[in-house]
Amino acid sequence: MPMSAAAAAPAVPVPPPRSRGYWAGVGLRFVKDPVALGASAVLLVLLVLALFGPWLAPADPFKSSMLGRLQPIGSEGFPLGSDELGRDMLSRLMVGARLSLFMGITPVVLAFVIGTTIGLVAGYAGGLVNSAIMRTVDVFYAFPSVLLAIALSGALGAGIGNALLSLTIVFVPPIARVAESVTTQVRTRDYVEAARASGAGAFAIVRVHVLGNVLGPIFVYATGLIAVSMILASGLSFLGLGVKPPEPEWGLMLNTLRTAIYVQPWVAALPGAMIFVTSIAFNLLSDSLRNAMDVK
Amino acid sequence: MLAYLLRRLLYTLPIMGGVALVCFALVHIAPGDPLVSILPPDASQELQDRLRTLYGFDRSLPEQFFSWVWRALQGDLGTSIASSRPVATEVMTAVVNTLRLAFVATLIGFAFGCLFGFVAGYFRGSVVDRLASLLSVLGVSVPHYWLGMVLVIVFAAQLNWLPATGAGPGGSGEWAWDWAHVQHMLLPAITMSVIPMGIVARTVRALVAEILAQEFVVGLRAKGLTQWGVFRHVVKNAAPTALAVMGLQLGYLLGGSILIETVFAWPGTGFLLNSAIFQRDLPLLQGTILVLALFFVLLNVVVDIVQTMLDPRIARG
Repeated sequence: MPMSAAAAAPAVPVPPPRSRGYWAGVGLRFVKDPVALGASAVLLVLLVLALFGPWLAPADPFKSSMLGRLQPIGSEGFPLGSDELGRDMLSRLMVGARLSLFMGITPVVLAFVIGTTIGLVAGYAGGLVNSAIMRTVDVFYAFPSVLLAIALSGALGAGIGNALLSLTIVFVPPIARVAESVTTQVRTRDYVEAARASGAGAFAIVRVHVLGNVLGPIFVYATGLIAVSMILASGLSFLGLGVKPPEPEWGLMLNTLRTAIYVQPWVAALPGAMIFVTSIAFNLLSDSLRNAMDVK
Repeated sequence: MLAYLLRRLLYTLPIMGGVALVCFALVHIAPGDPLVSILPPDASQELQDRLRTLYGFDRSLPEQFFSWVWRALQGDLGTSIASSRPVATEVMTAVVNTLRLAFVATLIGFAFGCLFGFVAGYFRGSVVDRLASLLSVLGVSVPHYWLGMVLVIVFAAQLNWLPATGAGPGGSGEWAWDWAHVQHMLLPAITMSVIPMGIVARTVRALVAEILAQEFVVGLRAKGLTQWGVFRHVVKNAAPTALAVMGLQLGYLLGGSILIETVFAWPGTGFLLNSAIFQRDLPLLQGTILVLALFFVLLNVVVDIVQTMLDPRIARG
């Protein structure tokens, strides 16, 4: 599968000239793992849909037709049936990849940046600063994630921006916790002491010695979080708290098609299958990365 | 032990305070005036002011927070803007319904999770192990609201075996443990059980594999203990952690039930939250979240304490 090898490529930066480096080893273990390649292939297809969906889709995803409402799968002109407004399901599912992936991945990326920063600061500073930051994080950790996401976006009101904000707030605490615990471990190592003794500033120590140790575990963890985030983001849209109609997004499509489960049950279930597949792919990718990178 | 218990409870107090603060803040991060939803658009300034004073929105924020907490401690969570009934009453009715559902779901999930986990841990690398691993990946990956829809499609719409929505025949409010009611519970409970099932299976598999690799198991076998005897030792060693995971999962289900309850129109906290959100009933939203989050915090404490009591080897710093 040459396509999936391409997807794995970013994990392999330029290999060092001498011995095989850590990342080359990771890359090698990764491409030897059939599950990792399968998950990458699925994600690559979804990425292509997200980028080029509007040009690849056979029909206009917004064009409704009063006569062609709720057509079954495999009917004339509607290969995967049509929705409650007579819009082509195949096209909407393809174009929907963009918004659905965007809604699922963005909060984790934002939380990755914010959470890592918070965790690094707390872990490196230690003492009172650590207590103040981590006790605040604990408060948000005390909420079940689904509840916090719905509470925040419920209070803020529907909309893409509010849904992204709520989900980011939900994912910062767990990432900050991982970053903090790794940083605290690394901080007292001899090589950090040595760097400090030789006059390196806090920023240089974090950048050179701490970040390298912290990023691996968090990256693996964040990949797994995307699976959760996909389900939650679509869940918010499913409740009517995320994306607004008529935009194609899988959770929202599932919501509007709920009334059709007695008419065209399998058409109505299709958007959820897309969320399911995406979530499985990210979970498997996270597991494979964990094995390949040998982190806990 | 007692010292640990006290320390654990003491540590929980600031967390609970923080949780209350977040719940309080919910009303204030909400855009617009919370009174707008109950006032007619042409309400006079005088009426607006009177209601503002009635709901306490005219005082300073710290003042509002402390009086809110003080009243909450006495069991008064305010009045629902939409229904004009006390929030506490509405939340308690709903919590009981949610707990009933979440409890049954946790039991189902725990039973099957343990079964898969034990088999997979005992026969590592076998087909059963791979199947169990696959099932647990599917369990944590499935959008549960979609799974609920699919189950409704299959068992309610297509086969017509089970009712699709509601918590009892004819929309009756009273619950009873008879078939007429239980059949309403089956689909949502099974849908909900999938999440803890996957996680319990994963945990138990890792636990069993780890325990079987320890030397005392070799010792037990060398002593001539039967497979069954060894199994009992494995169960005893795996139980504390597995039970702790189950307890925490029950908490997650309480919070996560909102989507499933919406699909099945189950009259629990999720359903209540949903209506609170769409009627912009902020006191109800705030009260429901507060009760659920505090329940989750307390459950964590209980799980910790029970785990320590079951397994005194767990050293607590």
